[in-house]
Parts: sequence; C-alpha cells; structure tokens
Amino acid sequence: MSSTGSAIKAMKPATLTHENAIEITGMNKWFGSFHVLRDIDLTVKRGERVVICGPSGSGKSTLIRCINRLEEHQKGSIIVDGTELTADVKKIDEIRRDVGMVFQHFNLFPHLTILENLTLAPIWVKKMPKKDAEEIAMHYLTRVKIPEQANKFPGQLSGGQQQRVAIARSLCMSPKIMLFDEPTSALDPEMVKEVLDTMVTLAHEGMTMICVTHEMGFARQVASRVIFMDQGQIVEVNTPDEFFKNPQHDRTKLFLSQILH
Amino acid sequence: MTDAISPSGAFVRSTVIGEQRPPHRVSGPVLWIRENLFSSLLNSVLTLVFVASVLWVLPGLIRFMFITPVWVAESSKDCSADLLKHPVGACWGFVNAHLGYLFYGQYPAVERWRVDIFYALEALGLIWILAPKAPFKPAGLVFFFLIFPIAGFILLSGMTSIGLATVQTHYWGGFLVTIVISTVGIVASLPIGVLLALGRRSKMPISRLVCVIMIEFVRGVPLITVLFMANVMFPLFVPEGWRPDSLLRVLVGVGFFSAAYMAEAVRGGLQAIPRGQYEAAQALGLGYWQMMIKIILPQALKIVIPNIVNNFIGLFKDTTLVAIVGIFDFLRTIQASLSDPNWRSAEMPLAAYLFAAFIYFIFCYGMARYSLSMERRLQTGNRH
Repeated sequence: MSSTGSAIKAMKPATLTHENAIEITGMNKWFGSFHVLRDIDLTVKRGERVVICGPSGSGKSTLIRCINRLEEHQKGSIIVDGTELTADVKKIDEIRRDVGMVFQHFNLFPHLTILENLTLAPIWVKKMPKKDAEEIAMHYLTRVKIPEQANKFPGQLSGGQQQRVAIARSLCMSPKIMLFDEPTSALDPEMVKEVLDTMVTLAHEGMTMICVTHEMGFARQVASRVIFMDQGQIVEVNTPDEFFKNPQHDRTKLFLSQILH
Repeated sequence: MTDAISPSGAFVRSTVIGEQRPPHRVSGPVLWIRENLFSSLLNSVLTLVFVASVLWVLPGLIRFMFITPVWVAESSKDCSADLLKHPVGACWGFVNAHLGYLFYGQYPAVERWRVDIFYALEALGLIWILAPKAPFKPAGLVFFFLIFPIAGFILLSGMTSIGLATVQTHYWGGFLVTIVISTVGIVASLPIGVLLALGRRSKMPISRLVCVIMIEFVRGVPLITVLFMANVMFPLFVPEGWRPDSLLRVLVGVGFFSAAYMAEAVRGGLQAIPRGQYEAAQALGLGYWQMMIKIILPQALKIVIPNIVNNFIGLFKDTTLVAIVGIFDFLRTIQASLSDPNWRSAEMPLAAYLFAAFIYFIFCYGMARYSLSMERRLQTGNRH
C-alpha cells in the first residue's frame, strides 16, 4: 500500500444532492396477506440520524430494508436522494451504490479475506483499480481500528471485529446514507461498545443514518429523532430527550418501561 | 497471599493458575490396537472376519497377478497351463499385445503420434489447472477450456490444409474415446449444470420452466435411452447429409445428461447459502451475475465438491455405455480383443478385465483423492 493516499484524496466526498435524503410517503407492504407496513410517512433530511425502535415484529427492519429494495413495497412511494424506487433495476442498483447497509449477522463473505471483502464492491461495481480500492480499504480498516486483520478470513475474527469490518465494507463504497439493521443484537455484551463507538464517530462526521437498534444510550447520544413503531405503524416520533423523558403514546410508555429497567 | 474465601462467602482471586500439561496416559501400539480393533465384542469379531477374508483372498490374487503371470506372449498358447505344464497366473502378454488397440482403437498406426500429443496436451492442461501451485492459472484455464479443445479436435480428426490427414471418428476407439467422452462430458456439464441450476432458482417463470423440464426429463430417462435417441432416433428425423457425426451426437447426449445431474448437485449448494449473503451482495450494489460469480457460486460449489466429483466419477464410468450404440470405448475394445482367435482361452478374460478395472480404478480413485485434497485446501472457515 502506498503511503501517498492518492486514492483517498481522489475520493469524491459523498454528498446528497437533495435536502431530503429519504422521502417515504403512504408506503404499505404486505407479506402475502399479512400487512407488515401500514401508511408509513417518513422524511429523513440530509445529515439526520434517525433511530427506529419497537417490539419485534413491528416492521422496523422491513422498513429500512425497503429503502434499498431488499424488500419490495406494494403501495406508496420511496424517494432516495431524488430517485424514486421502482421496479427499474438500473435505479435500484444506483440507489444501492449510494446506500450502505450493515446487518445484524454481519453477512461478511466467508470465502474472501477481510481485504477482499472490502475491495470487492469498489472493484466490481465502481470499476476502481485494485490498488486504489486496497488503499481505501486499508484507510477504513484503520478507522475501525483493525488494519492488522486485513489478510485474515471473517471466521477468524470476533463478532465485534466482524461487524466493524462490515461497517468498513459499506464505507468503502462512500455511501451517502447508512442503514443499520440491529447491528449489535447478535454481539457478545463485551463487543457492543466497540461497534457503537464506530457508529458514533460516523454520526459525528455528519453521515445520514437510519439505525434500527435497542441501544438507548446510543439513541440519546447521537439521534436527531427517535421513531417508535408497533404493528407496522409509526406510533411516535420525537427528539431523544422528549422521547425518553416524556413518551406520549401508551404503547411507547409500556415499551420503554420494559427495556429501561 | 493466597486465595481464601472470606466467612461471608465472597471470593477474589489473587493468584493466576498457570497452564498445565494434561495428565499422561498409557499409549503405544498395544493400546491403539485394543482401543481401535478390539474395543468391543462386535468390533473384535469384525476385525477377525476382515483379517481372515484378506488372508483368504490376497495371497491368491497376488500370486495370480504378480508372481506367476506371463508377461510376454505371442498367443494364448504361451499362457496355457496345459502346454506349459505348470500353473500360470494372469496372461499380461495379452494386454501387452493389444495395448495399441486398447489405447488408440483403429486409429491408423502411422498417425498415432497425434493421439499421443493429444494425451500429452490433456495431461498438461489438467496439471496446469488442478495443481494448486501451478503458475499462470488464468492462462491455464484459457489453455484447457479454449486452446486444448480446438487443438485436440484438429489433431484427432485432422486438417488437410496443414498436412494432417483426416481420421474419421469411427476409427477412434479404446481409451481415446473414453477420455474424449468423459472430458467433453465433464467440461460441458459443469457450466451447463450451473446455468440450469441458476435457471431453476430464477424468478423468471419461463426460464425456470425450461430448466425444470430439461432437468426432470433427462433425469427421468436412463442414459442408454439418451444414447439411443441420439444415435438411432435422431437420424430418422434429419435428412441425409445433415446428420452430424455419430460420436458428436453421443457427446451432446452425454453432455446434457451429466449437466442435468450436475444442476441438481449445484442447486443443493445454492440452497445451503444463507440469504444474508445474497442481501449483503445486493446491498453493495453488485448485479446478479457479479453476485453469483463472486459471492454465491464460489461458496455453493465448494459445499458440493464431493457431489460434483461423484458425478464426474459416475460419468467416467458411464462412458462404457456408449458401446451399446456401437462406439468402441476402452471396455469395448477389451471385449473385442478377447474375440481375437489367436487369444481365445477361458482364462484370458480374467486378465483382461483385471486390467480394465485397474485403469478405471486409477482414474476414479485419482478424482476422489483430488477432491478430498481440494476440500481440505479450501477450508477457510464456514462461519457466516
């Protein structure tokens, strides 16, 4: 790896061209006849950090998976940075290039080394020269504090390390928006903090983020807004301070009393 | 200071327990034999039965094959116990005398160097792509999948413009035909099988339907039927002069037949890949083919290496069925040699078929061993 960092300097800062990063209006989704998402209206502004919480089965994961079309919505519209999600595969790919996603179970590619995991999409999707892709990969691996693991395989890393690799893998595509789907739920308790720290740093740098998480400390620290979902609907939206201090809806109160012992 | 439990039951460790060696156990060959061969009554009985049967069969077989055989012979007379007045083993002289026929069929003797070059090219290609440490792997792949087939075809069937006399395929025979059919079958079945498997799992109904019909139809009929269709039925529907070469028809039949089985093996691997792998690839913006080629297939194929190699081995042995439609494969040339009037004798088939078994075994066992070593080499941890 050259130390000039030319590839990093050449990276275009990923900025959203529209004031509204994500605009969801009247969105509905069904799994078969089961109505998972009901009349979702949600606008996320550029640079906003939104935390979504709610009981399991409330549709929060499905909601963020609709944003990069891992799930297809059947009614309403989703506009990501000015581009509406339709069946148009080209537009879907375009949006996926700009929207990074971190999964509960990391979903690293087990047959590739850490470095290959990070460089794969830049090389094949962005057609970046291998050398530049590796330089950028090492840059992000250093940022998530595990550059020394570059040549190992995912199976040789701890859960927390794997999740940090997954975050770095997304960042290598210089996404404009990051989606986190319960990124700490599958981790051992001792490893939660290292992943949250990485996410906090990202938030402080102004990344537009939507996080499905039950880490209320994280929500307090970085969220611009907290969204509470139940039975496929958005039940309450508020600033973290108000949300935790002064929940309005009965369902929110019950939920908070259950998780904040 | 020592660790002590206070009267209240609280405990704080102040010493570190160092790493210790495990306690010694009795070891040695006697223990190994007792633990592995005579650990229970059933195990002891099995051991004794096995040893007894080996002692019963092996000495005779070794004597027959290696101690008393006739290595060089002019005709069956040289192998006859009655004429030699002493017991004789395998008549390897028979195999020796027919070696040319067994490996080249009726390929004209003066042109057999072309077959030798073909064998050499194939061996080179196989070593190039299969040896883990061979250099220039991409070039090796181009060589084996592109240059070798074309060069091999020109070499074997001839090209008058460059001075290679045409040799029609009905002169090909013996091991040459076995190798040609199994190589074409193996090389064609993997890509076609992968495409069929992907098609079967595709969301597009038409391509799914076509693949399902193709796979289920082929799996529903015996290979012999496919061969008959290719060689007997097909020409009836096609005008004279449009009929492709009989060996070519068989090659196409065998290719599709093994592809259908390959498709099912690959599909098993595809099903074992967690959905998260697809989603991660999609979320990164990879297209369908990028996702399949870079993420899904390498993992899926790795899982089903044993099944794939099992199919290859099956295919290699199934090539013997082409004899039914009049193509002289290795086994058929052995049978044909046995009807040579100079070599008629009751014991001759024993040596001949032992030799056939030996050749088939070397190749099949070789494939099995290679697949095992490849599985071990690709073991990078399967955690997702």
